[in-house]
Amino acid sequence: MNKQITVSDSLYDQGISRRSFLKFCAITASSLAITGVAVKAFTQALAVARHPSVIWLSFQACTGCSESLMRSGNPLTDRLTVENLILNFVSLDFHGTLQVAAGAQAEAARRAAMEENFGKYVLIADGGIPTGDGEWLSAENGQSALGLLRETIEGAALVINVGTCASFGGLPAAAPNPTKAMGVGDLMAAGLVPSRALLNISGCPPVPEVITGSIAYFLVNGALPPLDSLRRPMLYFGKTVHDCCPRLPHFEAGRFAASFDDDGARQGHCLLLLGCKGPDTFNACTTNKWNQGTSSPTQAGHGCIGCSEPNFWDHSGGVYGIVDEFELGDGTACATPAHPQLPVV
Amino acid sequence: MSTVVIDPITRIEGHLRIEAETDGSGMITKASASGTMVRGIEIILKGRDPRDAWAFTQRICGVCTVVHALTSVRAVENALGYAIPANARHIRNLMMGTQLVQDHVTHFYQLASMDWVNVVSASQADATATSNLQKCTSDWHNNSPAYFEAVRQKLAGFIASGQLGLFGNAYFDHPAYKLPPEMNLMLFAHWLEALEWQRKALRVHAVFGGRNPHPNFAIGGVPCTFNMSPNAAGVLVPALGTTGVDQTGLDLVQNCITDMREFVAKVYRPDALALGSHYKDWFGRGESLGNFLTFGEYPQNDNADISSSLFVPRGAIIGRNLSNVQPVDLRNPDEVQEFVAHSWYDYSMGKNTGLHPFQGETTLNYTGPQANYQNLDVNQSYSWVKAPRWKGNAMEVGPLARVLMMYATGNRTARDHVDRALRDLELPFSAMYSTMGRTLAQSIDAHLVADELQVWFNQLTANVAGGDFHTHNAAKFDPATWPATAQGVGFNEAPRGALGHWLTINGGMIENYQCVVPTTWNAAPRDAAGNGGPYEKALVGHVLAVPDKPLEVLRTIHSFNPCMACAVHLFDPLQNETLNVTVSA
Repeated sequence: MNKQITVSDSLYDQGISRRSFLKFCAITASSLAITGVAVKAFTQALAVARHPSVIWLSFQACTGCSESLMRSGNPLTDRLTVENLILNFVSLDFHGTLQVAAGAQAEAARRAAMEENFGKYVLIADGGIPTGDGEWLSAENGQSALGLLRETIEGAALVINVGTCASFGGLPAAAPNPTKAMGVGDLMAAGLVPSRALLNISGCPPVPEVITGSIAYFLVNGALPPLDSLRRPMLYFGKTVHDCCPRLPHFEAGRFAASFDDDGARQGHCLLLLGCKGPDTFNACTTNKWNQGTSSPTQAGHGCIGCSEPNFWDHSGGVYGIVDEFELGDGTACATPAHPQLPVV
Repeated sequence: MSTVVIDPITRIEGHLRIEAETDGSGMITKASASGTMVRGIEIILKGRDPRDAWAFTQRICGVCTVVHALTSVRAVENALGYAIPANARHIRNLMMGTQLVQDHVTHFYQLASMDWVNVVSASQADATATSNLQKCTSDWHNNSPAYFEAVRQKLAGFIASGQLGLFGNAYFDHPAYKLPPEMNLMLFAHWLEALEWQRKALRVHAVFGGRNPHPNFAIGGVPCTFNMSPNAAGVLVPALGTTGVDQTGLDLVQNCITDMREFVAKVYRPDALALGSHYKDWFGRGESLGNFLTFGEYPQNDNADISSSLFVPRGAIIGRNLSNVQPVDLRNPDEVQEFVAHSWYDYSMGKNTGLHPFQGETTLNYTGPQANYQNLDVNQSYSWVKAPRWKGNAMEVGPLARVLMMYATGNRTARDHVDRALRDLELPFSAMYSTMGRTLAQSIDAHLVADELQVWFNQLTANVAGGDFHTHNAAKFDPATWPATAQGVGFNEAPRGALGHWLTINGGMIENYQCVVPTTWNAAPRDAAGNGGPYEKALVGHVLAVPDKPLEVLRTIHSFNPCMACAVHLFDPLQNETLNVTVSA
């Protein structure tokens, strides 16, 4: 029989002592706000459980966030592919778009994962959640979205919202918000679901490696990364799209494109007058870029639509309205984010 | 009689529930398909800038991430009589074609294949035998015993770990899995390869649209430019650059096209054929209606009416009659209509009327349960999906409809692909009207479009080489240039089938926006006359070998490639903004 490699074995293999491991667990537990007796249980569980259980629930979603997960990774520069993540580091025990089992068997898999990993699993959510008299406008297996979230969040150690909808309400919550959709953080604040440690990875969809890199940070460090005021990882949301835009030199020189294909646009001039929201949008589009570093929205020629910010759908003037406020980034030099590196398997 | 409920249907986009009534032998006698999630995107669109609609409607679906954006900009351009440059047409065709090829491959491997491929069996396969199988299937380069042994060991190790993750609680002990171990291993290896492949292929969208998912679009053309800089005489000439599209970007697109064509020809097509050869009985079940509809795609010239020169033609086929392809007029109020007799909506003229999308209305009227439930009352309203009809007929849309339309209208390449496949399988043409026929047609659809990508790319580069760098027409981008009111229709052949957006502009704002979407056609509930949609009809007659493991249902439903977020949309006309929620008895 194959030896079962545990997280602790894996850490010992990397030269981490038993004592360090316990310390690591304590840090993990405290960063997740797990207290008292639970810390001991968590420590023991990490030592026997090999891969953290992940339950991914989709609510009022377009599945673009799951698709973005599938776009993640550049084998030349990182180990952030979805296949590496789900075959080697986490046990993706429920995911409606990728799961083999359906119906009762899928539901049983979710319930088993919750029971076996109660208090320890990671819940990932995408999509908004309708509330109030809209609650039953989104249902799965005879349960409302809100009911399903409430039930599943109970035993979660950490909730990761992937995408602007789960983070802040997003598209379904755009005016007039016909279904009274809310993000998970707001549901917690309103007392509609239990509060748990929370990480927001916003974007419509998020940059692929921002999803997997944030998960990798948790796996490697056993703790949440440093967060901004909207609970987004500073590593990826510390700078505005404008801060590191390849068109920035033209902005600074006062050179702007006035239409999509004028002489200015062809020379890469700044897209501010075409409605670019880069100056008040925090995201990694221009530092990490998209699709194995191929390009980014502003690089290719359309202004940033501001998709990682709350309420961006209701930006005054719409997609082509001009930004009048410039946010300040963290002041560090522009560089490709240093993704947490998963060990070689 | 008993009712089998499958909810969630997994490995699809979105929220789909199937309730199937079976008789004593386990045969399905009646099936009801329910979309269980609604967002209200068209209500949200009302009063907004029509130039923004592509971004909102794009988020109807993040799987087919190009199709709604493209349909939306076409609807606005149709309303305004707004022509786009030839380069923009080529770039849109390249983005759309890339979307279709990637989506079909991803659907075949990541979403559908596990209905047929047994990964437990794969983990016990002989790597040398698998290598031999691969070598006689095609000249794909990943074919050594060492390669397949590495994949097998990875899989065996994963299974032995006891943490099965995505594969947990699946049906691999079901008697309906019939592939030999070597074929299971080969297809599982391709499941992994397809993940890597799709990431690379979609860089086409990043070059032209900045990212995937959800690349950028614009009315009047495409938002990307060819990168240029002034020469010694001050004239702008193509140049390498940090923005826009340059030669490096075009070379990357060429590489992606080459990779797509190779993977489709050497991996996907042979795999689809091999699957069919082992599951021939599935060429004899799963037909929906014999009615097929296409709106058409890939404009081939720059006429004002882009529907006049389509690579995939527009048309309707009724009752398998390929010799009579009927014309389709998207503006004719008597052709495309939507019904809500069994959907959670009200119509001002009554629930049994049908409305053309220009007159379309949607008033949410949820009458389903408001506490945890076991069953829906399928004699009442039971879905957020409406029931669209063409001249009163329920229609199947998608790759099978497209391939049949191309076959019927004399596309020689399409005919060759279909005839050769059926000859290899020793099957009659009627085998196309089935679950496995749909799967085969999907692979042919991908093959035809993948090869056409090269044609469009050559047209683009020839145009640029001739000195035409235009990618966007600014003439009508400013709403001040628009008429006071205008109506437009945008269309598309999305991976899952015919897609249309109907738009009314009033005073520079969206007054009315209605989408009729592929999965709305295919996943439709019954209409007022009690006629079911394609899913519902196709499932009747299926026998569940193991009643609590509904593998047979999954096979047929997955052959349609459902996209539920697309299917459920709503528009609220003018006055009816009230959300009515009625508690069921």
